[in-house]
Amino acid sequence: MENESRRGFMGKAFGAVSGVGAVASLYAMKRSWDPLPSVAAAGFTTVDLASAEPNALVVEKWRGKPIFILKKTPEMVAAQTEEATARDVIVGGENFLIAIGLCTHLGCIPSYRKDSSDFLCACHGGKFDSSGIDTQLPPPSPLVIPPFKIDGTTVVLGEEGPEYAKMKESGLIA
Amino acid sequence: MAHFEKANSLNEWLDQRLAVNTLQRVLQTEYWIPKNINFLWAMGMVLAITFGILLVSGIFLLMYYQPNVDTAFDSVNYTIMREVGFGWLWRHVHAVAASVVFLIIYIHMFTGIYYGSYKKGREIIWISGMLLFVAFSAEAFSGYMLPWGQMSYWAGMVITNLFSAGSLELNGVVEWIRGDYVPAQAFLTRFFMLHVLLIPLAILALIGVHFGALRIPHVNNQDGEEFDFDVEAEKYKAGDKKSSKVIAFANDFLSKDMFVVAVYLVFFFYLVFWNYGFAMDPVNFDPADGLKTPAHIYPEWYFLWSYEILRPFSKDIGLIAFAFAQVIFVLLPFLDRSPNAVPARRRGLFFIWFWLMLIDMIALTAMGKLPPEGIYSTIGLVAAVAFILLWIALPIITMFEKKV
Ligand code: HEM
Ligand code: FES
Repeated sequence: MENESRRGFMGKAFGAVSGVGAVASLYAMKRSWDPLPSVAAAGFTTVDLASAEPNALVVEKWRGKPIFILKKTPEMVAAQTEEATARDVIVGGENFLIAIGLCTHLGCIPSYRKDSSDFLCACHGGKFDSSGIDTQLPPPSPLVIPPFKIDGTTVVLGEEGPEYAKMKESGLIA
Repeated sequence: MAHFEKANSLNEWLDQRLAVNTLQRVLQTEYWIPKNINFLWAMGMVLAITFGILLVSGIFLLMYYQPNVDTAFDSVNYTIMREVGFGWLWRHVHAVAASVVFLIIYIHMFTGIYYGSYKKGREIIWISGMLLFVAFSAEAFSGYMLPWGQMSYWAGMVITNLFSAGSLELNGVVEWIRGDYVPAQAFLTRFFMLHVLLIPLAILALIGVHFGALRIPHVNNQDGEEFDFDVEAEKYKAGDKKSSKVIAFANDFLSKDMFVVAVYLVFFFYLVFWNYGFAMDPVNFDPADGLKTPAHIYPEWYFLWSYEILRPFSKDIGLIAFAFAQVIFVLLPFLDRSPNAVPARRRGLFFIWFWLMLIDMIALTAMGKLPPEGIYSTIGLVAAVAFILLWIALPIITMFEKKV
């Protein structure tokens, strides 16, 4: 009887110590898989839009991801809906699409089709219009607009400027 | 201290210390295999041998492979393929084995389904088998990342994005898995670790469970016949090998197993030397480029059926259908409500179910390879819906199955 309770006590003591140890090591393991601070703090990208050609897609790189920059022609702007225009970034009086060039389905890079001025994702057949709005399944949502700050004719990606904040407020950016 | 007699032979010396004679009896000379089976029962051994081949070829690749985003591609495509003596051999062996192992796994699985070898005491064999399938899938995927070509990169991008769980937008989880915003150095090194250590360890452990689970129920036979293994074993040991329904695993049965393995190896090395191309995607001979997606992204052939189940639906429904396809086979022993563990041919509607399922998976595989356009999309959608409906139908049709 006395043995029983002593063993019981030792068993419980072991259980408690190993339980604490297990939780602590799981935490350490989780943290080891986290992105490194140097990666997380990955810098900002500055793009000069002064020389952009209309209806020609420019692809920049920010945090390893492709960024689509498309200067719209006046016809394109005239033809688009209000919802689409709200997503335009206005730099130097011109309308631009600025978006992360990864399909919101599973992350392939859609390709720009000049003639129909839309994007086709070859992976599973998704489509986006020239404002990055999804027009054909499976992508569930528009292309994501990265944080940006306008500075004259240049744009700094990664920094949140007032125009970006406004878009965020109006719910354009999830 | 325990008492030891002086040994008269090396065998006796080892037996005193390791019980080698008992081991040999329990694992080989008195482990009983039914006589009434065919070559399909050798697929398990073929898988074990193929895993061995993957291990050996992998060890040689590991001596020159460099898990670094700048050098990985060249270490494979230049150093191993052109400089290392017979480096190309290890690479082709490894690639062909990684592809063929799935062909054999599918044959092994469908053999089990056809003969009802997943129920009446064989549930753990089935479940551990499906866990092996999951582990092999993870092993194949992580290995595919290592050459760091275009397909490696983009498959890595697409598959890790699955973990954002659609509209739940768990981007933090995806970045956590990658260790970066996109697949990069942290991603490559951790998948390298998974591929060469953690997953192979898990596979070895699972093979142990799989074999252990076979011990008590023994393997099934061609007629699903139930008999008393002890009685049959006694007959065999008493010398009545003719009327006994079993034979010993080694050397009797093993010799047949290894004959099938020999035939398989001839086919295998034919592929390695003359037809290895199917196991290596041409797109992956371009180095990874995060700013350019290849025109078509498709997985290796053995993932196509589940990929095709993802494709025709909207993102969330596609993900749910995909998750369903990944786990549903595990539940087979419990979704099959019939008491019969006999070949499908004697099970009425289940026989039809079996062939429809097989044909449906072949159709999904074929459509997964074709571009998602026009008629292919439609066939893909029909096949994906059929896959789900077949699984919903299974408990119903097996519930009404007559006892045979
Ligand atoms: C590389 C992985 C695997 C290895 C090395 C392996 C090995 C084996 C071996 C040696 C046997 C006994 C001989 C035979 O019946 O073929 C066996 C039986 C079996 N395996 Fe596997 N297996 C693997 C994967 C799987 C998978 C993915 C499944 C499907 C879920 C599975 C299901 C079964 C079943 C149901 C049996 C019993 C067959 C019967 O009783 O007739 N195995 N396995
Ligand atoms: S990743 Fe673009 S449609 Fe699937």
